[in-house]
Amino acid sequence: MYKKAIQQYAWLLGMMVCTLASVALGATDSVERWGLNMTEGVTPLSKEIYGLHMQIFWWCVAIGVVVFGVMFYTMIVHRKENGAKSSNFHESTSLEVAWTVIPFVILIIMAFPATSSLIKIYDTSESELDIVITGYQWKWKYEYLNQGVTFFSNLATPKDEIYNRVAKNPNYLLEVDEPLIIPIHKKVRFLITANDVIHAWWVPDLAVKKDAIPGFINESWAYVEEPGVYRGQCAELCGKDHGFMPIVVKAVPENEYDLWLAEKREVAEKIRALTEKTFTFDELYERGKVVYEKNCVSCHQANGEGVPGVFPAIAGSAIATGVVNNHLEIVVNGSSKNVAMQAFRDQLPEPDIAAVITYQRNAFGNNMGDSLQPIDVLNYKNK
Amino acid sequence: MSIQQANRMLLLKLLAWGVGMFVFAIFIMPPIYDVFCEVTGLNGKTGSQYTPVSSEVDRSRSIRVQFIATNNETMPWQFKPMLQEIRVHPGEETEIRYFARNPTQSDMIGQAIPSVVPFKAAQYFHKTECFCFNYQPLLAGQSAELPLRFIVDQDIPKQIHTITLSYTMFDITETLGAENIIGLRNKVNTENKQEMLSHNIKIGAVAIISGR
Amino acid sequence: MAHGPAKGITRWLFTTNHKDIGSMYLWFSFMMFFLGGIFALVIRAELFEPGLQIVEPEFFNQMTTLHGLIMVFGAVMPAFVGLANWMIPMMVGAPDMALPRMNNWSFWILPFAFAMLVSTLFMEGGAPNFGWTFYAPLSTTYAPPSVTFFIFAVHIMGASSIMGAINIIATILNMRAPGMTLMKMPLFVWTWLITAYLLIAVMPVLAGVVTMMLMDIHFGTSFFDAAGGGDPVLFQHVFWFFGHPEVYIMILPAFGIISAIIPTFARKPLFGYASMVYATASIAFLSFIVWAHHMFTVGIPLVGELFFMYATMLIAVPTGVKVFNWITTMFKGSMTFETPMLFSVAFVILFTIGGFSGLMLAIAPADFQYHDTYFVVAHFHYVLVPGAIFSITAAVYYWLPKWCGNMYNELMGKTHFWLAFIGLNLTFFPMHFVGLAGMPRRIPDYALQFADFNMISSCGAFLFGAAQVLFLFNVLRTITVGKKASDEVWENPEGLEWSVPSPAPYHTFSTPPEVR
Repeated sequence: MYKKAIQQYAWLLGMMVCTLASVALGATDSVERWGLNMTEGVTPLSKEIYGLHMQIFWWCVAIGVVVFGVMFYTMIVHRKENGAKSSNFHESTSLEVAWTVIPFVILIIMAFPATSSLIKIYDTSESELDIVITGYQWKWKYEYLNQGVTFFSNLATPKDEIYNRVAKNPNYLLEVDEPLIIPIHKKVRFLITANDVIHAWWVPDLAVKKDAIPGFINESWAYVEEPGVYRGQCAELCGKDHGFMPIVVKAVPENEYDLWLAEKREVAEKIRALTEKTFTFDELYERGKVVYEKNCVSCHQANGEGVPGVFPAIAGSAIATGVVNNHLEIVVNGSSKNVAMQAFRDQLPEPDIAAVITYQRNAFGNNMGDSLQPIDVLNYKNK
Repeated sequence: MSIQQANRMLLLKLLAWGVGMFVFAIFIMPPIYDVFCEVTGLNGKTGSQYTPVSSEVDRSRSIRVQFIATNNETMPWQFKPMLQEIRVHPGEETEIRYFARNPTQSDMIGQAIPSVVPFKAAQYFHKTECFCFNYQPLLAGQSAELPLRFIVDQDIPKQIHTITLSYTMFDITETLGAENIIGLRNKVNTENKQEMLSHNIKIGAVAIISGR
Repeated sequence: MAHGPAKGITRWLFTTNHKDIGSMYLWFSFMMFFLGGIFALVIRAELFEPGLQIVEPEFFNQMTTLHGLIMVFGAVMPAFVGLANWMIPMMVGAPDMALPRMNNWSFWILPFAFAMLVSTLFMEGGAPNFGWTFYAPLSTTYAPPSVTFFIFAVHIMGASSIMGAINIIATILNMRAPGMTLMKMPLFVWTWLITAYLLIAVMPVLAGVVTMMLMDIHFGTSFFDAAGGGDPVLFQHVFWFFGHPEVYIMILPAFGIISAIIPTFARKPLFGYASMVYATASIAFLSFIVWAHHMFTVGIPLVGELFFMYATMLIAVPTGVKVFNWITTMFKGSMTFETPMLFSVAFVILFTIGGFSGLMLAIAPADFQYHDTYFVVAHFHYVLVPGAIFSITAAVYYWLPKWCGNMYNELMGKTHFWLAFIGLNLTFFPMHFVGLAGMPRRIPDYALQFADFNMISSCGAFLFGAAQVLFLFNVLRTITVGKKASDEVWENPEGLEWSVPSPAPYHTFSTPPEVR
């Protein structure tokens, strides 16, 4: 009976070893696998934190070697089967004082560097660039204070990769449509808040993790020394797509940053121009499909059926097949009944709102046949 | 005293202790926390309305004050500072305005919640008048300029050069009822935070006493 | 008093016997342990490889929430209360618990609480999906409708725990046999006395916090809603004011169990009994002033951050004292390694590793990188699985022969140990690595660089789960066909419980024993 059980477990263990070996050998793609340790990061503070982390780690290793060393020694030597006779001591004041005082001293040694790092982290003064970061379910908004640039940053990984229908690219789940661009060699201050629930903005390479709390504002800062792309994720459970709201920070030299800012303003100008333009139905439908897949599918689903009891369907819904103004109202101003339905007024430009409404009214078997122009949206907004 | 009696006595004492902790959690901790926040600037909470004490303006240094506006959840209002930042001398009273517009077809009530960073600065940032002290009712399509008067305390530590003041606009139409909008227009200068707190305690007490 | 148990179902429904109630608690927690374990395996199966395969994110969040709630409130806490029910009267020489009828109620409301909690899975909108820490506003404004049932279930669990705790305190303070002074009590009794006080101090706070949620959701208050002058961060302060002592509620009785088992198998008295008592008391005290270390990233003023960092680091001192005491107890003993001892030794090693990562987490600047990653998941599973679960397992192997009169199968016990030990380390050790490498917790899908270690974790989890099935089989087999155990069971074990026959008669110590 037990033999059989043991055989079965041995088989299970064997299978596991095989799986692991094959995984290890198959690790050849460009992703850095088997990462064991915290990143050193690219800011003076992240390097300091890494140093602190390693220092405490080696303290723990040293203590562990001593403590477990004594423990294993005694477990090997003082065995009954080795003829060990048990002694009877059960008190020693000097020993007990020693192992109270020594750890205390070690803790004080640890506390000094920790305190000095913390003071530096809290010094947010003298920043050269301020960025307001707002967490939304489930995306980030970046607003460059006094620069007139604001945009949303969404997950760019396609659903097909998430549902294993196509191969995953190396930055799976860590890529966004629009990264946050910051200049290197500048003290950048992040002002962090949230729109709905609590999120946390975390980029390991910057050693910045701060909670984004609705109604309140938090601050943190980074001084990036090396240009590069640094990826992070939301670090506070914020609902269904908590795992799908990555952060990408691209640090670039200052001239490149200025160019980007100028280009960004130009694009904003272009969108304004697009708002004046009259689109054909097909243009709207095509554009709307793209907008829908980026902004709406996570709740209303790709087939427009929603999730019963949680997220309403668009297919055959009263709003999508009713008066167009009601449809506009809910997309532009959000729903007061269901907090998950956000106001897209500032999140999407007018052409996108017009397109997505047109798409929703004609896809999923809704076939309303009507369409909306960007100028209609603008007029509605300013009414 | 028999063992049964001793047990019953102990049971009652411990039960009272448990009930005490329950009351502590609901009725004592939130007010203590609020006071604590105001004193330490935790969460960047600023104090209530400030009565200015006449004092010298410190012209030797100036502080940069930044203004931010955020809309919460589905709040559809246009809401933004009319000035992005300003330099002020400590001790000097300054007025700035936020702009708010209700673009929807229904009457709405907003409530702005202030928050200041760095937290250390919160206790030195005094508001003598603020739209966040009141509910902000706006009729459909209506817009308004919302005033804020403030003084940065002369005692503000030398190492603080920038103060960032953020307002988050919440939609509280449903909580208060849109039909109350007219009454609210004339109702000014309530310290809504204290009011809400006593509201909390009152409702809480009613809910518990009536056994709901 | 000499009558035996009633017959049939009424024996269990109306029993006021501490041994019956203890057994019911233990079986109930065993069931919950398997249920929570199944939820954990759903999580690990989904995380076996990147991509969404088995469950949707919405359901995944429900699984993490229920796994946490059921393991904490359904498996670990009732198991310790069950052990307390069985052992404390026998250890202090009392005929029964001090308040036997309340004892019956405090058990029988539990199944209702958990039936209600689990039934939320079948409600519209699904079960609670906001994590076992249920931070507002995710758990208030954004919660599924089932949150009300969750709140009610938590209220019932809290009431059960408080009644249990009161009973334990009354038993220990009022029912000890003559001569059993406080400083003669076994450490399990001591640690439970302190735990019971912690329970009475913080379970009402948990009840308070869910009550505030309930009022925010249904009665229009705004404790946690910034719009009405409340603050979501207040929720976290109140929750962790309960939550941190709660962590010690789940570990202090374990210290007591280990302090009973190690001396027996080292054949040497416990080293530093008095310092063990003082260390337990200081840990309990410190647990009330460290709560904000769960919230280092929430935005606390520098002074507050420093205070909570220093206070948290201090906990290492009394915890270290305990570990040193256990090792010194083993030193120069005459050790054998039966199953309870194996689990206890593993407890000391793995709990210490969990303590090390705890010390690292206490360092606030470094915590900015660790917070809410798998490093934290690794940390608290290293203290809770080898801490609470291994100690409960050790206790069951150690006292089962006394409870049922039969000896368990040693080979099967040791196999269980090694499978669980390997499974646990395979599951949780790699989590340190993925956490440091940047994997946030509570995500249903992850980036490719975390894939390999997650696959190992998932394999380990299934191995650990399989080991527990063997445990269940061994327990059932012991009760039904196990070999007869002697009255002393082990070699010269210390404690009054070994002075009664095996199996322990339905009524013990109707006349108080002599305590030397």
